[in-house]
Amino acid sequence: MNESRQVNVSADNLSRVFSALADPTRRDIVARLSDGDATVGELAAPYDVSMQAISKHLKVLEDAGLVTKGRDAQRRPVHLEATVLDLMTKWIERYRKNAEERYRRLDDVLDSIPDDPDPTQPSQTREPK
Amino acid sequence: MTTSVHETQIFVDPKVPAVRIVREFDAPPAKVFRAHVDPALFSQWNGPRGNEMRTDYFDCRTGGSFRYVIARKGHEAWFHGSFHEVRPSELIVQTFTYEGFPDGVALEKLVFEDLGGGRTRLTATSLVDSFEDRDAFVASGMESGVREGYEKLDEVLARTA
Repeated sequence: MNESRQVNVSADNLSRVFSALADPTRRDIVARLSDGDATVGELAAPYDVSMQAISKHLKVLEDAGLVTKGRDAQRRPVHLEATVLDLMTKWIERYRKNAEERYRRLDDVLDSIPDDPDPTQPSQTREPK
Repeated sequence: MTTSVHETQIFVDPKVPAVRIVREFDAPPAKVFRAHVDPALFSQWNGPRGNEMRTDYFDCRTGGSFRYVIARKGHEAWFHGSFHEVRPSELIVQTFTYEGFPDGVALEKLVFEDLGGGRTRLTATSLVDSFEDRDAFVASGMESGVREGYEKLDEVLARTA
């Protein structure tokens, strides 16, 4: 695999992680796997859906790289790849922090400007005072 | 998907390629609005920390447009867009393009909500035309760490494939 293809694949994968986690059942499965590995049967137990439906959800999570299946042929326990989840969470948290920093500066700007005498005409300030 | 319960909240929409940021301010809507439309005030807080922002033009009214540069250590990033709908103290709808990628455009909607008692809730929604762009946009919060982040994701995904 050459380098440019790798970058494309990762951009796709990030999107896949986002869309995989867009579904509430899949988020629930991920939350339960964060407590430890589980079999498909164990994961399906609390839901009023077929094993097949849960397997489909797991396939989506697997394709996104979020979970893997164990080698044990009998149980094939599902394992959460926490690193992938951590990476995505870090991305979003970093983005949130940047927005927060920016808005803290806006807080300071808001503190520095006097109350507008005529709030119906706030956009007329075109030149710096 | 709610990802944070901190003061600034981020919502990554699973259905459309949008990111929504919600934040409250201890100032009335007129003031928060003014800090967005007055270029002298806007340039004091917009852009990443430690960067300098200069406007080429900035005419925040319905049908107006803007162009500005964010500069850091000799590196310049230019942005431009159009103000589609501007209603004092209530709403700004605008387009936003990074000139390094001129075919890309985000549609941004800023809603200024009066919470009473001199407080405002600002909801900023940014909609792009593909999930790939949106996710890259979220990932760009890593700034210089984006490439490193992708490399790490590559490694992890290579191991789990």
